[in-house]
Amino acid sequence: MTGMNSTVVPMDTTMIRTQGLTRHFVVKKETVEAVRGLDLAVQRGELVALLGPNGAGKSTTVRMLTTLIPPTAGSAHVAGFDVVRNQGEVRRRIGYIGQGNGAGHQQVGRDELTSQGRAYGMGRKAARARADELISALDLAGVADRKVATLSGGQRRRLDIAMGLIHAPALLFLDEPSTGLDPQNRANLQDQIVKLRAEYGTTIVLTTHYLDEADSMAERVIVVDHGRVIADDTPARLKAEHAGDRISLACGSDDDARRASARIGAFDGVDAEHGRDRVHVRAVNGPELLPELLRRLDADGIRVIRAELARPTLDDVFLNLTGRSLREGGAEPAEPEPPATSTAATTRQNQEITA
Amino acid sequence: MSTALTTPTTGSRNAVAAPALTQSTSMLSDVFTVFSRELRPVLRDPFSVVFSMIQPLVFLGLFGPLLSGFPGTGTGSALQWFVPGIIVMSCLFSGSFTGSNLLFELQTGSHERMLVTPLRRSALLIGRALKEIVPMIMQAVIIVAVCVPFGFELHVAGVLVALVILAVLAIGIGSLSYTLALASKNQDWLFWTVQQTLLFPALLLAGILLPVDDGPGWLRALAQANPLSYVVDATRVLFSGEIASVTVVQGLAAAAAVAAVGLFTGIRAMRRSS
Ligand SMILES: Nc1ncnc2c1ncn2[C@@H]1O[C@H](COP(=O)(O)OP(=O)(O)OP(=O)(O)O)[C@@H](O)[C@H]1O
Ligand SMILES: [Mg+2]
Repeated sequence: MTGMNSTVVPMDTTMIRTQGLTRHFVVKKETVEAVRGLDLAVQRGELVALLGPNGAGKSTTVRMLTTLIPPTAGSAHVAGFDVVRNQGEVRRRIGYIGQGNGAGHQQVGRDELTSQGRAYGMGRKAARARADELISALDLAGVADRKVATLSGGQRRRLDIAMGLIHAPALLFLDEPSTGLDPQNRANLQDQIVKLRAEYGTTIVLTTHYLDEADSMAERVIVVDHGRVIADDTPARLKAEHAGDRISLACGSDDDARRASARIGAFDGVDAEHGRDRVHVRAVNGPELLPELLRRLDADGIRVIRAELARPTLDDVFLNLTGRSLREGGAEPAEPEPPATSTAATTRQNQEITA
Repeated sequence: MSTALTTPTTGSRNAVAAPALTQSTSMLSDVFTVFSRELRPVLRDPFSVVFSMIQPLVFLGLFGPLLSGFPGTGTGSALQWFVPGIIVMSCLFSGSFTGSNLLFELQTGSHERMLVTPLRRSALLIGRALKEIVPMIMQAVIIVAVCVPFGFELHVAGVLVALVILAVLAIGIGSLSYTLALASKNQDWLFWTVQQTLLFPALLLAGILLPVDDGPGWLRALAQANPLSYVVDATRVLFSGEIASVTVVQGLAAAAAVAAVGLFTGIRAMRRSS
């Protein structure tokens, strides 16, 4: 096993570093600027989610970083090597699970796993043993010996993931890993990715347009839109900075609502507006603010019938940054929704208090 | 479960990254990896090879008998003249279809996954092209076996040499088909249009179904420009038991030319594919 050490990623490297990374496509004489001057640094062990609507340039970015397509301009170093000049070195150090299905339909899953291992230079025995390991790790035992064409979407996706892990890469790219999976399989997959990273320090870059996925897994979210990074931070800070908590109150009367709004608006850093018997409040510290508000309003004799607290989601962040909602596909510019109606999008995190 | 996901390392996250299981490979092992992957479905389901030769078999059974005594089909039985052509035909059919497998994998993402591995781009093409030899031989054996009871004379040495030439041709046609598939990535109609448009002229102008010797001058000129003609002629000579013949050398040269062009364009297209 002498060749082993040659593929170790140099220790002191940033796993990914791009400078002005740009990719244009020319379609029918029109230039599509898929990625525009991306400057990015990902450190060893990070789990980064690239979040953005359809056509934002997520896949194009990942495809450049994995040597699949050359950049139009700029440069990228991945695992210590230039993606254009040292393609072979990059390829040996990374794993990639693409947006499509990696296994050939006429092939048998287990065979695909072993040929994948062979492609990375593993011996026949080692490749078979590794395939066995991954088959049980990804719960593929029942289907690994079937023709890929007969597998369900979720089973195929798990097979894709097994193939991407065959050589135990130190840096793993996943392009929409959970698209097409049912909620249970999505949760499983997310667990596996988080575990991979926690136990072995695998650096992971994944793309997604599932907000909850980026939110719950990644501790760094890079929001991309129209080929540009528009935000890059932890989910918590993104939410705190680009979208506050929302409190909606239903008051006993229109007059109560008007008074409540005036009273709340006087709080530091808190916005309030009212309509009929409702009050809509935006604040950073919703969970602490809400009980305080209720006490004050009560003391002033303002009757509150219902109180609802919505924590911000990354969708709110996206909406705030671009004026468009990710959930609507994001392609069409849409009017930002008024706070009251957009609570539908945030029900997952709603905490309801009835007074 | 989780222990299987990656190789354990010395521990902390800042330690040297998990030693990848990767080792550098030789060109030969890359080719072999691709070749054996391609071959697996064929071996698992050998009957698929028979499906792709239904057309040649139809011609053999329903068209061949019309040829007896036809001028230009040589001195022996019509079968003796026709069978070598049919073998070249089945090589042409299955070889030219083979790109559709790659086309499908280009669309599903299987090919992309191979492109991210360290496999040499040339091996990705050569391994696939070499696999074409296997169905070609299986088809030739089936055709010969079917025809021997009907009075086809078998000259084993000649047939073996013919198979070598046909193997070279199969690599060439397969490579051209893969080139076409790579060029048709986002427009699969292109693959089928070009493949179907070229298939029958190539067939007719190689004198596979009918001799071209008595055709008009322009047609003979086209046939002469068609490398398949030389392969067909060489196969006929070899199947009649004659080995030491200029025709054989010409056939081999023509097949080699097809293979050279096919491999050159195919490898180039593979390098550019994404
Ligand atoms: N091969 C290509 N040829 C032409 N245009 C392309 C090509 N690949 C991507 N594009 C264009 O580049 C832009 C970015 O595409 P990309 O696939 O990177 O988006 P994405 O963020 O991955 O979207 P999705 O969420 O839909 O996967 C899009 O406008 C797309 O149409
Ligand atoms: Mg994409």
